[in-house]
Amino acid sequence: MKYIDEFRNSQVAKKLIENIQRKINPERKYNLMEFCGGHTHAIHRYGINQILPANIKLIHGPGCPVCVLPIPRIDQAIWLANQPDVILCSYADMLRVPGDKQDSLLKAKARGAQIQIVYSVLDALEIAKNQPDKMIIFFAIGFETTTPPTAHAILEAEKMGLNNFKVFCNHVLTPVAMAAILDDNEVKIDGFIGPSHVSIIVGSDAYREVAQKYQKPVVIAGFEPLDVLQSIEYLIDLINKNKSDIINQYTRAVNPEGNLKAQEIIARVLEKRQQFSWRGLGQIAKSGLKIRHEYASFDAEVQYNLPEFQSDDVKSCECPQILRGIKEPKDCKLFGKACTPENPMGACMVSSEGACAAAFQYSLISR
Amino acid sequence: MCLAIPTQIIELLDNQMAITSLSGVKKEISLALLMDEVKIGDYVIVHAGYALNRLDEEDAKKTLEYFAELLNEENYNEIH
Ligand code: SF4
Repeated sequence: MKYIDEFRNSQVAKKLIENIQRKINPERKYNLMEFCGGHTHAIHRYGINQILPANIKLIHGPGCPVCVLPIPRIDQAIWLANQPDVILCSYADMLRVPGDKQDSLLKAKARGAQIQIVYSVLDALEIAKNQPDKMIIFFAIGFETTTPPTAHAILEAEKMGLNNFKVFCNHVLTPVAMAAILDDNEVKIDGFIGPSHVSIIVGSDAYREVAQKYQKPVVIAGFEPLDVLQSIEYLIDLINKNKSDIINQYTRAVNPEGNLKAQEIIARVLEKRQQFSWRGLGQIAKSGLKIRHEYASFDAEVQYNLPEFQSDDVKSCECPQILRGIKEPKDCKLFGKACTPENPMGACMVSSEGACAAAFQYSLISR
Repeated sequence: MCLAIPTQIIELLDNQMAITSLSGVKKEISLALLMDEVKIGDYVIVHAGYALNRLDEEDAKKTLEYFAELLNEENYNEIH
């Protein structure tokens, strides 16, 4: 078993699609949100949105950490990279993301700032070890999947006595963001395709509030095409029966309580912020994490007197509505004109996992 | 950035590290977040240099058995 090809069999896919076609009620619409950008990617890559019945609409959620990071945080990262003797370490996806006035880490790098692309926070630790005369700042972003590595790296840095390692923490929380989307009365979501790898860490029980308070079914789905199709079939079943249960399709990786060890490491090092701002969604209470006071010596936000930057989302950008399933990318008058992947004006166009970028990339023919 | 794929552990190293292989590409990763013990040959989901968990073969087989049944049903329908 290699856990990949087995879950891509086209005969089984055909069968699952037939099941879905048989089960849908042609009288109604099914608005399903895949929260996670990884699913958005899989859905487009395998053309799943093309083969589903027309009354199933897949809504691409805000689960792309690159897209939802607010512009002022990018500006702060650029500011940090410009400080003397600093090497800013970042995941590759962040380099092109435009900050204020279309500046970016990539442009800062071209101007001479020391910015290093890393695959893992472990690489940043390694650089800190090898270059004691430099200050290494790790630009930490992401949902619950990248959070435990960041927290673990801080513990390691403490163990190794690495005083030249700091973290600029921007981690955000998935279930809180789901609830925030559902708080909007206008929202048109009938059920969620739940994240794969975030759920490994938080566990399937983490979506209880979404399921119970907001009465929305959640099916935790693997990333392979058969996983996604089977999860859609489960969601159709639940919606038809008017049930707001949580089903775990991705049993080979996810359990109800999640990875308790990773959760413990996160809780030891990080705590919730009162507020965190999301690009496209605005301020959401208790949706982001910061470094605990005990580890303040590793916190770039504390160690550097970070200036506050002001920069608002573009007014006519429809991302807030798109992320809630109320509008589609083509409803935005900037889509494909002023706003393109090369020159993104809003959150949904920033990374290829965002809704507008995916729509732009895969709908060349219909445009 | 969120893509993480199953990779196989081919060597265990000191300090909770291991070497994994994905289609021949080798990578050093950390096992520090894992709850279970892992051994050579196990598959893990790796994200940003850390294994997030071990994939459960029994559970994977159950899902695949269900898929196999779907196909059998299809043959059945075609024959009759
Ligand atoms: S096309 Fe651009 S401006 Fe319009 S909603 Fe999408 S990201 Fe926002």
